[in-house]
Amino acid sequence: MKIRNRRLSALAAVTVVASLALTACGSSDSDGGSSSSGGSDGGNVSVTFLPKNLGNPYFDTSDAGGKEAVEAFGGTYDEVGPDTATPDAQVSYINTAAQQGVNALVVSANDPEAICDALDEARDAGTKVVTFDSDTNPECRDLFINQATADGIAKVEVDMIAEQIGDSGQIAILSAAANATNQNAWIELMKKDLAADHPNIDLVDVVYGDDDDQTSFDKTAGLLESHPDLKGIISPTTVGIAAAARYLSTSDAKGKVALTGLGTPNQMREYVKDGTVTEFALWNPHDLGYLAAYAAQALVNGDITGAEGDSFTAGDLGDFTVGKDGTVLLGDPYRFNKDNIDDFDF
Amino acid sequence: MSQLDIAASAQPRLQRALVGLAKSREITVAAVLVVIIALTTFKSDGFLFSSDGWRNLLVSPALLMILAVGQAVVIITRNVDLSVGSTLGLTAYLTGKVFIQWPDLPVPLVFVIGLAFGALLGLVNGVLIAFGRVPAIVITLGTLYVYRGIFLSWAGSDRVNASDFPSSFNELGTKAILTIPVVTIIALVVMGLVGYYLYTARSGREFYAIGSDEDAAKLYGLPVTRRVLLAFVLSGALAGLAGVVYAARYGTVSSGAGLGIELQAVGAAVIGGVAIAGGVGTVWGATIGAVLLITINRALPVWGISDFWQQAVVGALILGAITLDRLYSRRQERLLIAARDLAHAAPTKVGTAS
Repeated sequence: MKIRNRRLSALAAVTVVASLALTACGSSDSDGGSSSSGGSDGGNVSVTFLPKNLGNPYFDTSDAGGKEAVEAFGGTYDEVGPDTATPDAQVSYINTAAQQGVNALVVSANDPEAICDALDEARDAGTKVVTFDSDTNPECRDLFINQATADGIAKVEVDMIAEQIGDSGQIAILSAAANATNQNAWIELMKKDLAADHPNIDLVDVVYGDDDDQTSFDKTAGLLESHPDLKGIISPTTVGIAAAARYLSTSDAKGKVALTGLGTPNQMREYVKDGTVTEFALWNPHDLGYLAAYAAQALVNGDITGAEGDSFTAGDLGDFTVGKDGTVLLGDPYRFNKDNIDDFDF
Repeated sequence: MSQLDIAASAQPRLQRALVGLAKSREITVAAVLVVIIALTTFKSDGFLFSSDGWRNLLVSPALLMILAVGQAVVIITRNVDLSVGSTLGLTAYLTGKVFIQWPDLPVPLVFVIGLAFGALLGLVNGVLIAFGRVPAIVITLGTLYVYRGIFLSWAGSDRVNASDFPSSFNELGTKAILTIPVVTIIALVVMGLVGYYLYTARSGREFYAIGSDEDAAKLYGLPVTRRVLLAFVLSGALAGLAGVVYAARYGTVSSGAGLGIELQAVGAAVIGGVAIAGGVGTVWGATIGAVLLITINRALPVWGISDFWQQAVVGALILGAITLDRLYSRRQERLLIAARDLAHAAPTKVGTAS
């Protein structure tokens, strides 16, 4: 079904490009074109989700959240996307959606720059653009649904480890590459948080697993060997935490050394169930898609314009307010543990 | 060989001792390994005496040991196989996919599938090199990227997780018989079989002959093409086996699996005394080189040496090994010339001295 959809839209994209080239006309002409899912009258808002790539469990989950929201407010939902997450692969899908006159496009950008021109054209044609997960430049979209802030991520990780080791003892961090920008920013914030609020927790080491399963696994073994009194490990990277859990689950340290950080439920399910890991965090992609869909509806209906201070209601998730630079924050990272992990599949 | 021995006995004692030491590279490397383990255990006794420490000491090098055996055979024939990292990754992912498709498949059968698939990828290398007469470094560099490319387009951002494997397979990564991990036993059996073949079988000795002087081997009537082909099939099959072991040990396979491990395998072989110019070295040397490489990497953090220096230490080891090789082969050359001169000058005197 998906494949046929993609083929169709790819075909449509080619047709659009060809027709634009032939007639050399603007987008206003095409408004009345092949809009099968269009029609913004009344409550029927059409929302198209464009993830980084299809077949990615993370985006399958977020788009399912989007679908649930769109169906809840009685709109028309569609999902299109490229096979691979390359920077310019999304352009043709954006053009097609604009051509079809969809009311709103919800995009996770493969590149902050590359899709800007296409998005601008779509917005000129009247389509509202909401980005989620990965933003474009702020000028190119109406709203960005931010899954988490650096502060929130750093805080939840420190809170979880403090709860799990009783707020005192030695901990270490297993990061991604030594030059990974995100991880380094989080580690700096964690260090500040630890120094300010957790004086009895001693961060003894930071090692780098390079986001490689094998390296992360071996570094975890090294951490335990070089710090016999270690009580906890934070791994702010999905690859690192899974590899560390794998090592811990087979070692004497299982249950004695706490492990937490950022992970995905599918990777961590085994280790949460066997007791190696108590709790880890990430945002909830389902809620992210759900919120993005409601934000899109609010924009289309004119309830909000994307200005700072605008507020709207997103179904079950409650009320949200637009922050600086047209950003809406989903909230604190979501904690996964043995009670809720089976509700997720990504 | 007997000529060399005669000449050596004519050298001063210290020089003889040095030559003897350098000649048995395996013993030297093993001694270094023992010293490192002893010093690290002295610093933190858990390194050897805790059950985790003992297991890690044996199990961590297993993967590289298997790869180093295959690499040693290839290097002995004066070739090199750079594609083993990609073969390993591709096979590891295949293992995951096989289990997702048929969760009840018996584990030994999966090992056979891994070996066969690796052998197939190795055969592609072997055919291109043996029949195409293109240097192995070029062909296997090409297949390194081709196999990795196939892997990337197959796996994409997808990964195989520990929960996709049956628990009997996952346990294999840590299961032990008499405190020796199964994975290590597999590596030792591989080393034993291949080492015995190379050391005793007539066709095994031919690998050395080919590596020493391919033209001479051809003139002598040795089946050079067939032996080189076999070396690459063997290397591929062992990389496939290592892929299955990788899946069992690490439980997660993403498209980065085995990235760059081919250079570690070459490094292990070189450190273990397998001459990169071919014809010299043993499989057991390459294996002990692999153990040394991995153990040093594990020991350095215990010594408080930062992450960033660990690769530099490994690099220094490889450079040291190559320098030692060069010194040794130059000395041997000199000794051979001296022996020849001696034999020409006074054949009877040398005869009595021996």
